[in-house]
Amino acid sequence: MAEVNTKVTLCGIELDNPVIPASGTFGFGYEFAEIYDINVLGTFSFKGTTKDPRFGNPTPRIAECTSGMINAVGLQNPGVEKVISEELPKLKKCFNKPVMANVSGFSIDEYAYTCAKIDKEEQVGWIEVNVSCPNVHGGGMAFGTSPEGAANVVRAVKAVTTKPIIVKLSPNVTDIVAIAKACEEAGADAISLINTMLGMRIDLNKRTPVIANKMGGFSGPAIFPVAVRMVYQVSHAVKIPVVGMGGVNSAEDVIEMMMAGATAVEVGAANLINPFACRDIINDLPRVMEKYKINSLKEIIGGCK
Amino acid sequence: MKQTVLEITSNTALNKNVYKMVLKGDCTAITSCGQFVNIQIEGMYLRRPISVCDYDADSLTLVYKVVGKGTEVMSKMSSGTKLDILLGLGNGYDLSKAGEKPLLIGGGVGVPPLYNLAKKLRGEGKDVSVILGFNTKEEIFYEDEFKSLGCNVKVTTVDGSYGIKGFVTKALPESYSHFYTCGPEPMLKAIYNATTTSGQFSFEERMGCGFGACMGCSCKTVTGYKRICKDGPVLFKEEILWQK
Repeated sequence: MAEVNTKVTLCGIELDNPVIPASGTFGFGYEFAEIYDINVLGTFSFKGTTKDPRFGNPTPRIAECTSGMINAVGLQNPGVEKVISEELPKLKKCFNKPVMANVSGFSIDEYAYTCAKIDKEEQVGWIEVNVSCPNVHGGGMAFGTSPEGAANVVRAVKAVTTKPIIVKLSPNVTDIVAIAKACEEAGADAISLINTMLGMRIDLNKRTPVIANKMGGFSGPAIFPVAVRMVYQVSHAVKIPVVGMGGVNSAEDVIEMMMAGATAVEVGAANLINPFACRDIINDLPRVMEKYKINSLKEIIGGCK
Repeated sequence: MKQTVLEITSNTALNKNVYKMVLKGDCTAITSCGQFVNIQIEGMYLRRPISVCDYDADSLTLVYKVVGKGTEVMSKMSSGTKLDILLGLGNGYDLSKAGEKPLLIGGGVGVPPLYNLAKKLRGEGKDVSVILGFNTKEEIFYEDEFKSLGCNVKVTTVDGSYGIKGFVTKALPESYSHFYTCGPEPMLKAIYNATTTSGQFSFEERMGCGFGACMGCSCKTVTGYKRICKDGPVLFKEEILWQK
């Protein structure tokens, strides 16, 4: 097999490959580090972190769907202090690359507080600011559903940080392009999309929603075409890099997402079905690149004519 | 945890809704009774977590109830079918706490994970008592299997069609050194209140991954948040906080 180049550069930091496990599907890395060397990854986006510890939503939090799943975890995390004092030191033992910190909040001040703290950690390469969690009330998505709301978060976060800020957007909006442009104007260094789509399932026996929180975030292969479309639209409208995600399940999907305009690609639900999904996709990339006559992944970013 | 492919050697009905599936292949990743496996089923997106009923180095027995589409597809699988399975999930029961007269209490489809536990405890020469609770006579399974291990077995049925009429708590013996249980949550709660010693409870929850990554099955405990799939499914009586 000919030598192929899988390296990409995201906001000035080179990645060995564009494959990034998405936040909420990879914990803080160690469940996976027990079963494979997670240093094969481009990086990974760690579990969404908030100012205060959160238990999240009541269970059941998970529902099966055709080619996908719904989750309503609700940002369970130990809070930023513990993430810094306990999770990051543990991660350091099994991961030697810059990690992507994923941050969420319930007010502009909370976003700024958490980002400012995380920004000081040398292990952190990028901060992915989640303005799109569909599973918490009064936070997350509330900021990401209007251009002004998203821009306000970006400005507040940029004012207190030095690391690249990637804004994670919701697909549950009328015009994702307008929101992406507002984030770019407010100083965002990159955009990542799409977060999960709001969905719901009903238990026919009980005649109640399957999920305790009634609705949740729909992810998995079923949403891949929506994600490709939105990555295409947003990457054509902004100059900053786009990180594509949503239903990515294979090396072919990674390449398709990059052709749509993604500089790097996050893999979410697939990790929960096959814990080796990201490793397998990375191992398969050279074969698929050769098949489609791609020498370097950098060359295909936005390459869809 | 290990991902592996196992081959079905038999898959037969024990009663109207409960099936026994035996698989062969490398099962060395299973380290304790009370653990579970997570099975990829064609046509289903999420894996299906099923408790381990019995196992050795190269075989696995699952006893499962048809409750939805996934288990329905499983019930129709034939010998020779190969399944992608994650093995060795969850903590399992702690045998070291059993004492000399352990009590095992299973309700319905909560009975299977107690089988290998009973086998191991009998292997250690313990005086094992077992209470098996069902709704009605037609639902009973594994009574003879537990008896064959040399356990003292009592069966309860809610409608009184077999054994002792009522819930499992009606059959509690006067003395036991420690207890192990698995079954529906109302039963677990009743056992929690009716028992006098320490014990271990195996919980069930809808799961995303089954190996601790997604936080889909978290619960609150006395010692903090725990994931049923990774820190459980077995919790000690002393750490349980009832939510609902």
